[in-house]
Amino acid sequence: MERVEVFSGLKKNRRALFGLILIGLLVFVALIGPWISPYNPLTPDPIHRLKGPSWSHPFGTDSLGRDILSRVIYGSRISILIGLIAVSISLIPGTILGLLAGFYGRRVDEPIMRGMDIMLAFPAILLAIFITAILGPSLLNTMIAVGIVYIPHYARIVRSTVLSLKEQLFVQAVKALGGKNLRIIALHIFPNTIPPIIVYATLGMGTAVLQAAALGFLGLGAQPPTPEWGAMLSEGRQYIQNAPHVAAFPGLAIFTLVLGFNLFGDGFRDVLDPSLK
Amino acid sequence: MIHFIARRFFHLIFILIGVSLLVFFMLRLIPGDPAQLLLGEFASPQDVAAIRERLGLDRSYPYQYLIYIQNLFRGDMGISIRSGIPVSEEMFVRFLATVELSVAAMLISSLIGIWAGVISSIRKYSAFDYGAMVMALVGISMPIFWLGLMLIYLFSVKLGLLPMMGRFSIGMDYETITGLVLLDSLLKGNFPLFLNSLKHLILPAFTLATIPMAIIARMTRSSMLDVMSKDYIRTARAKGLSYSRVILQHALKNAFLPILTVIGLNFGLLLGGAVMTETIFSWPGLGRYVVDSLLARDYPAVQGCILFFAVIMVLVNLVVDILYFYLDPRLRIDGKG
Repeated sequence: MERVEVFSGLKKNRRALFGLILIGLLVFVALIGPWISPYNPLTPDPIHRLKGPSWSHPFGTDSLGRDILSRVIYGSRISILIGLIAVSISLIPGTILGLLAGFYGRRVDEPIMRGMDIMLAFPAILLAIFITAILGPSLLNTMIAVGIVYIPHYARIVRSTVLSLKEQLFVQAVKALGGKNLRIIALHIFPNTIPPIIVYATLGMGTAVLQAAALGFLGLGAQPPTPEWGAMLSEGRQYIQNAPHVAAFPGLAIFTLVLGFNLFGDGFRDVLDPSLK
Repeated sequence: MIHFIARRFFHLIFILIGVSLLVFFMLRLIPGDPAQLLLGEFASPQDVAAIRERLGLDRSYPYQYLIYIQNLFRGDMGISIRSGIPVSEEMFVRFLATVELSVAAMLISSLIGIWAGVISSIRKYSAFDYGAMVMALVGISMPIFWLGLMLIYLFSVKLGLLPMMGRFSIGMDYETITGLVLLDSLLKGNFPLFLNSLKHLILPAFTLATIPMAIIARMTRSSMLDVMSKDYIRTARAKGLSYSRVILQHALKNAFLPILTVIGLNFGLLLGGAVMTETIFSWPGLGRYVVDSLLARDYPAVQGCILFFAVIMVLVNLVVDILYFYLDPRLRIDGKG
């Protein structure tokens, strides 16, 4: 599909547009965070603890009196960064493995894909929890853990795309002309795997943000006082009876970002492959 | 058929060996000496050495692995560092709690998901269709631990309708028969306990059901739309069969294969979701047990649970494959899977 067609298709797809607006909004907030957040996200204010939403604190304050709006704003930087890094960690090895497995067939394919099968035998969040246990709880390790867990998904998608590309005439032609394998993969196969990768990576951003928040919620991700959305939710859990806003707003933020990625990813897929609509 | 099952079976054995190797070596990568952990910080070096020897930790890795596999076959997963009780015993009780929760969630998500998907496909582009698909998108985008907390706030704190946590209220009279509280209370004719545990089950089961429900609804809709455009549906209608009969007997039956695959593939999501849901609702199941064990660095327990989850995932996938084979006669003729 031509690039122009994809862009015009995306412009017409309301879902994709709405998703893009949500993502754009949060990315914008993340970029200008320090200038728009009303308070320092880390400064406690013991007099105003667990205050509900008000004019001075639109999202209320947490158990230490910190402004939740400011913390949610700073949290957007963390969550978007987690998504980007985690997806890159799964995308790059996943794509390489998928290309090799799909192109070289049997001897290379079998060991790679059986390895991926073994990883897929674990529920994703459990494998992520397990990896963080080895690496130790921290923000960086959360990204690594979430990234590793989703490598097989990318490998599978790229592999199946390569399998169908390999049989196509243009690849056969280059091969017949004596093109070197690595050159064929890099110049002829890889560019054609990019569209499905982009779709999956967009949806994967949502999944990565959710999983990282879950790890943060379990206390295995970012450590206090980092304003990570999952960790904030976990803190809010203790005050759910009297101060539900402490948990409500970070969760709403996670939901908005993930919804944006899912809408955009879905819309993108429809544009690239209208038969799935 | 036999060829197919045999091949799937070999694949299963291979995956299980791979999983056990991976878990074994990952646990060896975790910093800290298990013997030291077992005895605590202030144990004498002699005691630590003695325990190391007893656990076989002084032997080579291949030897340790073989011992570990041998013990697994005997159902011996080691002893929990926290409680001193064999891990397999602790896991069994909690497994039943997880079964109760996930079966309830699976029922809710399949019933509502398939219903919404079928109605959406019949009334394509109607208000119901848009509403259901927006709900489905919301469902997969929501952190379920957040949803759980918000449901607790609404139904337990604000409305006071449903309990916040646990399987049944403290002080309720409970005798174990099968370990499934709902079933046991019915068998004993203990209706107060039955109602009480049912009330406890509603919120966690619904929370856990959201994501699978959304995925099943979307898949049912697209699969039904695909089937409804087929010639045999038009034929069935032309024969004069009633609309509802065509939908239920001809369309849904054929649309069911992809739905089933999706249910099977998302079983992992259900297990993963159980980890979060059980934590939120203090449900005494395996998901919460594995997180608690990990936070307490109780590695024998962690190892047992992770291995167990992986085995269940692999088995569920095998069952789905076999059902697939059974439901799609074309696969049987080819003899390939």
